[in-house]
Amino acid sequence: MIYPGNASCQGCPISLAMRCLDEIENPVVAMPAGCSTVIAGLHPHSAMKLAVVHVPFASTPAVACGLSEGYKKLGIKANVIAWMGDGALDIGFSAFSASAMRNDDIIAIVVDNEAYMNTGNQASLSTPLGAKTTTSPMGKRIARRNVGLITLAHHANYVATATVGYIQDLRAKFRKAGKLEGFRFIHVHAPCPPGWKFPSEKTIEVARKAVMSGAWVLYEYEKGILEFSAVGKKFLEKKNRIPIAEYVRTQSRFALSDEEIARLEREIDEEIEILLRFKKPRDSNS
Amino acid sequence: MDLEPLISKAKMASAGKTGGWRNYRPVVDEELCTTCGVCTEYCPEGVIVNGKIDYDFCKGCGICKEVCKQEAIRMVLE
Repeated sequence: MIYPGNASCQGCPISLAMRCLDEIENPVVAMPAGCSTVIAGLHPHSAMKLAVVHVPFASTPAVACGLSEGYKKLGIKANVIAWMGDGALDIGFSAFSASAMRNDDIIAIVVDNEAYMNTGNQASLSTPLGAKTTTSPMGKRIARRNVGLITLAHHANYVATATVGYIQDLRAKFRKAGKLEGFRFIHVHAPCPPGWKFPSEKTIEVARKAVMSGAWVLYEYEKGILEFSAVGKKFLEKKNRIPIAEYVRTQSRFALSDEEIARLEREIDEEIEILLRFKKPRDSNS
Repeated sequence: MDLEPLISKAKMASAGKTGGWRNYRPVVDEELCTTCGVCTEYCPEGVIVNGKIDYDFCKGCGICKEVCKQEAIRMVLE
């Protein structure tokens, strides 16, 4: 769904995720400012093979909802996608949360490169503990916000996490979301070579190591029940996981003490424990 | 009001011929290549298909070299 010769950096995970949009039928994208906007191109040219509406940050899910309802009134079949980065999600979080609760008929896709990369790498709420950015030059001292868990707490219609490291899994989730109705949220992990400071050819390796270490857990939540995705299932058990230090070492952005690495390990265990509770149907989940 | 001029038109090379960004050029060894398609899946640009690379637009990121299971791709300095 994207033409070559676009403005993405070498090894860009967002452009890779944009290619996968061809899994969704009749897509229309609402896109706030961010790296994605730059990739989509400068007027009068566009690199996107689909309709894109450029919108202000905070309004993304609201615009997507309006478009979706409008198309319904006109009798046009369309899958409206709110395509955000983690920056737009920070700024438009209340609209996102409200949209999830209203069960708007949209697909919210967040490509998360864990900082405001388009404006030169400032820390976002998704930036993990210890990551150096221009606003946290000594390494961030606050843990990341886990948007997947928050959206699960909304008991949203469909929630999935994906990564560019396992593209078939990502494509399957896009395909599935395109066929469902109601609010669908896909959180895509997107390792950014210039921002995370690793060579451009390592995008896939870094993304896979995030899954292998448990720093990124792959799951799908549908009809009130959570299922872990097949590609990442074996890394739920601690003995199959690689140490988080090995994932951290692949990037030059981290400044972590031994205690903080232990804290990251602990938080992974905590996240998996919480996720396991969503494996039971909601009624018995008291 | 005529809105037509306000709408961007989709086209190749919206940012120019990005092949000029390349420091290293991926070269496919056709004898080793089994056209399995893994590089096609993971290329962020979508410019490598069946071991054939569109050098006008390949930015030379090297992801194809990393994901190739046959190790059929090497990176050559431009």
